[in-house]
Amino acid sequence: MIAYIGYFLILLALLNISLLVVSKPLLYKNSDAYNNLVLSTSKLQFPIILLSFICLITSFVLDDFSLKYISSNSNSALPFYYKISATWAGHEGSMLLWCLILSLWMFLASVYSKSLDPSFRTIFLSIMGFLNIGFLAFLVFTSNPFERNVSIPIDGKDLNPLLQDFGLIIHPPMLYMGYVGLSVVFAFALTCCIKCDFKKEWAKWIRPWALMSWAFLTMGIALGSWWAYYELGWGGWWFWDPVENASFMPWLVTTALIHSLIICEQKSMFKNWTIILAIFAFALSILGTFLVRSGILISVHSFANDPARGAFILMFLVVILGLSFFLYFRNSSKMNDSFSFNLISKESFFLMNNILLITATFTILLGTIYPLILDLLGLEKISVGTPYYNAVFLPIMTPLVLLAGFIPIYAFFRHDNNSNLIKYFFLNMFLVLIFSLMSIYFTSNFNLFVFIGYLIFFWISFNLIFFVYKRYSDSKSLYFIRNNIGMLLAHLGLAIFVLGSTIVENNKIEKETIVKLGDTVEIKNYNFTFSGLREFEGPNYKSVRGEFLVKKNGLEETVLFPEKRLYFSSEMPMTEAGISPGFTRDLYITLGNMISDNSWSVRIYHKPLIRLIWLGAILMAIGAVLSIIFRKKAQSPYKATN
Amino acid sequence: MFVSTILILLSVLLILFIKTFNENLLFYRSPSQIQDGKIPDGFIFRVGGVVVDKSIVRYKNSTKIDFLITDFKEELKITYTGILPDLFREGQGVVMRGKITADGIFEAEEVLAKHDETYMPPELTDSLQINESELERTSKSIK
Repeated sequence: MIAYIGYFLILLALLNISLLVVSKPLLYKNSDAYNNLVLSTSKLQFPIILLSFICLITSFVLDDFSLKYISSNSNSALPFYYKISATWAGHEGSMLLWCLILSLWMFLASVYSKSLDPSFRTIFLSIMGFLNIGFLAFLVFTSNPFERNVSIPIDGKDLNPLLQDFGLIIHPPMLYMGYVGLSVVFAFALTCCIKCDFKKEWAKWIRPWALMSWAFLTMGIALGSWWAYYELGWGGWWFWDPVENASFMPWLVTTALIHSLIICEQKSMFKNWTIILAIFAFALSILGTFLVRSGILISVHSFANDPARGAFILMFLVVILGLSFFLYFRNSSKMNDSFSFNLISKESFFLMNNILLITATFTILLGTIYPLILDLLGLEKISVGTPYYNAVFLPIMTPLVLLAGFIPIYAFFRHDNNSNLIKYFFLNMFLVLIFSLMSIYFTSNFNLFVFIGYLIFFWISFNLIFFVYKRYSDSKSLYFIRNNIGMLLAHLGLAIFVLGSTIVENNKIEKETIVKLGDTVEIKNYNFTFSGLREFEGPNYKSVRGEFLVKKNGLEETVLFPEKRLYFSSEMPMTEAGISPGFTRDLYITLGNMISDNSWSVRIYHKPLIRLIWLGAILMAIGAVLSIIFRKKAQSPYKATN
Repeated sequence: MFVSTILILLSVLLILFIKTFNENLLFYRSPSQIQDGKIPDGFIFRVGGVVVDKSIVRYKNSTKIDFLITDFKEELKITYTGILPDLFREGQGVVMRGKITADGIFEAEEVLAKHDETYMPPELTDSLQINESELERTSKSIK
């Protein structure tokens, strides 16, 4: 019964949003009525889909195995909270979540767009509405979560054990908020194309939306990385897996976008370019969906391989890109944009930032889809792995992060030819060098990459300190922090991320060995003693749990409990790592294979500073949110649009 | 002048880029393709197949393991030292990265088996498609 209501609500939502198209010819004389209709349908969409989503959650909690989606993704023995998160663990449910989030963004866009010109607002919301129609049609025709089973199974097949985890509860909603948030930016950019204009006030209006999506994407990706780290049992935090790349590419383009929007707003330049970025950012997030959902990639994320789904999304993507570029090329030349600037200027540095980010995106895009294209053409089966990405991506990123440290202080040099400033700058560079040399001397053997990592970290953070100091001594007040806190935090986050990732990748210690009960393995100044092994039963699995006593310099430090689980319903073995997290290092143990009764092969890892990777990402996201909250309250920015 | 410098710089970068790209491609071969074609010494590539029933040989007090894989036409002997994925077992589709040694044994650096009992590596499904019926028979005999 609940399921019927849920399905009915989806159809109702599709009908509601289709009113946009149907009523356009009927109300073409009465634009006010049409504007109001668009507004109310956009607002109504969210509650309808939310109710439908609640219906699906309820059906999960009540174990309604008459639904195909539930019987293949849940089980009566599944703990309560995983039953709820299983709602978006499979393809159909996560598409419903996608639609829910799309309608949420549309709802927010309709509430917060009062300041926009009414005709602009209507076009903008209608484009969001069209996207809604597309994804709802996809849901109804190819991925209906309320589809019935022909015969009702006694129990469900269970949720994939890898997905029975806290990380999974929050990772997809976060990532989707980011992906789908880009639709607001995209719809806005297209409206600018249709209106043949992109005013700087509009750039100001759209930037918080881009920042918000970017913050969600950052958190979504970081959560995914964190989950992979503790759940997959390899101790890695990034695999250059096509599915990860699918989320990373929109992130890179959105990063470029939030920077080019600054130039749009401040200098009224880069308008065409920004519109292209907005289109690409959203197109890449749909491409990501296509790659993940079509089944041409195999990973934790891909579910049933249904070619119809892939075909639908691919067609949707082609239609969206085709229409966008048609509008863009028809109207962009009419837009009043300037692209002339000095070779050494704020604009040119921002342009460099954008070029580097886009180049990075294309190298990843190539590595992700080139093997797929070759395979589809039947030419060759290849894969592109980590060595390629390291060889190509790192050289592109190095100048980018150096820029991130330089751009904030660049303005001082332009406005001020004071020789003291140059002196400070060189003193700063000198300090960066000294600190990097000292850090590498005291912490590890010389390694060029680690050294570069230190240089970048100190370069960015010292320049930020220099920035704060200079601004403070010029204005004698700390009020400027308010306007720059977002940039400061995000750039500091980047510096911390670079430090964490270079150090963990170059100084990590990984040991694979066989241990018998009582054996001790030594890594650095840590002793790991295999002190116990016992079996126990969890709610829906049984487990063998090892006990490792860890001593540091002879003193007891912690006890780790790595597990090997066997889930009842799917007979699937699973490795659960034993991790001792720490700010300076993580200790990480996984059980490998049983060699004999009391001996196991194990992996023992020592991962220095790995937490900085996620700390950096969190700082970036917080930075983005704060810069929305504290954005410059210039004299009522929205009024000027009329 | 400025434009031409940039163009030269870009083309140098592009050439470097294509070189890196080509050097880091990993090719995939099935056991039959290995028998047919010549594979240069030390060439790192990926190979995939189904682990043959009762072919697994483990060494005492070591993580070394030997086993055969098959694409139902040819078999290939694999040797690997290290921890195997959870779902490595007879009848399971696996993909390995490594190289062929002089005596025709594949020395694997990495063994992948996906976390899903119905999973079949995409490369495998294709190279096995012709032998689909055989595959069904084997998987039944395993059960």
